[in-house]
Amino acid sequence: MNRTIRTASLAALVLVSGAAAAQDPNFTRNLAATCAPCHGTNGKAIPGAGQVPLAGEAQETIASRLHEFRAGTRPATIMHQIAKGYTDEQIKQLAAWFAAQKK
Amino acid sequence: MLNRRDFIKTLGATAGVATLGGCAGGASKARGHVVVVGGGYGGATAAKYLRLWSNGSVDVTLIERNTEFISCPISNLVISGDKALADITVSYEGLRKWGVRVVHDSVLGIDAEKRTIKLEKGGEINYDRAILSPGVDFLWDQVPALKSADAQAKILHAWKAGPQTVALRKQLEDLKDGGVYALTIPKAPYRCPPGPYERISVIADYFKRHKPKSKVIALDANPEVTSKKGLFTKAWDELYKGIVDYRPNSELRDVDVANRTAILEFDKVKADVLNVVPPQRAGDIVAKSGAKLANGRWAEVDWLSLESVNAKGIHILGDSTLSAPLMPKSGFMANQHGKVAAAAILNLLAGEAPNPEPFMTNTCYSFVDAKNVIHVASVHRYDAEKKTLIVVPGASGVSAQRNEIEAAYAIGWAKNIWADALA
Repeated sequence: MNRTIRTASLAALVLVSGAAAAQDPNFTRNLAATCAPCHGTNGKAIPGAGQVPLAGEAQETIASRLHEFRAGTRPATIMHQIAKGYTDEQIKQLAAWFAAQKK
Repeated sequence: MLNRRDFIKTLGATAGVATLGGCAGGASKARGHVVVVGGGYGGATAAKYLRLWSNGSVDVTLIERNTEFISCPISNLVISGDKALADITVSYEGLRKWGVRVVHDSVLGIDAEKRTIKLEKGGEINYDRAILSPGVDFLWDQVPALKSADAQAKILHAWKAGPQTVALRKQLEDLKDGGVYALTIPKAPYRCPPGPYERISVIADYFKRHKPKSKVIALDANPEVTSKKGLFTKAWDELYKGIVDYRPNSELRDVDVANRTAILEFDKVKADVLNVVPPQRAGDIVAKSGAKLANGRWAEVDWLSLESVNAKGIHILGDSTLSAPLMPKSGFMANQHGKVAAAAILNLLAGEAPNPEPFMTNTCYSFVDAKNVIHVASVHRYDAEKKTLIVVPGASGVSAQRNEIEAAYAIGWAKNIWADALA
């Protein structure tokens, strides 16, 4: 991705979220890295280890699962607790970021 | 002395490969040399992510005295005989593929002014930023009889995975049916809050299956179980009645090594296998670095960057830190510290401020027997007013009950976090 496009998409993010302009350009990358101990670096979980891979999954699927976990409407052992850590905007950012990773 | 040019020469062969592994973020403006001391959950993760997120533009040296990574998480299953040491051992070769220069050596000292690190065998190394992630060292002064290496070989801690883990397994194998295993637990904070309770649970499970007349005594300096209390006590009541004897407010004062006896304030407890988890503090190199320690034990850091509050250019990770509220000293947390520090260091090396909104997550799985697991989890975000990380309201909790599904997740977690740090 070149700088112009990156800057443009960042500007779009800020517009959509109305968030402070001070958000770190790597905020979403950093937030997504908190998931890696279970879901693998960049969302590439070890096949067969039991955890759901996130890399390259559809953005809508990831987002709706996180919303359902957070609302308590999707069965979970742990994700109903962890999903409560994120705002709507952060769920959107995480879903977009993982969807953009190579499977 | 190893300078940056030598470093790049050494890397020559692997650097090309490493840059291919970068993400879609493009080239990083960050340049410089980061030296990481300690290749555990915190240090190994930081080393890998500095290379990953800089697209190979930042040079990274990892100093680690052991030639292989041996995991503390899951090591209680080696002690119970359910896993082997090989199952929890991971090579450092994966980090070399990322272009990390892995050096097996010991650090004698660090000079924050000159930005140099002195090695036992390898001379001096310059750095632009240093990361210290040495884990914990033990306060042997508080268990005077265990100061000698000879005594420590008899009364084991097994609180750093490796030879001590294997030795404790051997002591339990040699124990006669009807023998007593006693574990002493120090006052919090210590490495891995649920670890001692997991240990007595899986040893009780081993006794139940193989030496049913044997007993487990837990001598806890704390007034109550410090982690997952309800779930652990339920497991002891339901699975190990007559085997586990949990005694709160039982602080160890010293040990009679020859008689394998724990000496408490008003009591003495003799065991056939006595296992002492000693009180702890930040690793020695942190204490030697001049970094400010709270109560002489834990390093105070700026939570935006994990930089020491006073020793500039030195970032401190993992168990060595003075924990933020409700933040456990866990491998998972050290992994998260490593990533926040890596991101902050890359910003700083590019002349930018650290990310003002860091997040961290924690999950600790504990086995209560060979097949059933319980968890505790939390999400933490930076609070600019409090200048620390706080648990996001509502985003924490424990398992509804012990269950087999999470036993599979616990092993899957271990494989994924080892790969996240080391592959």
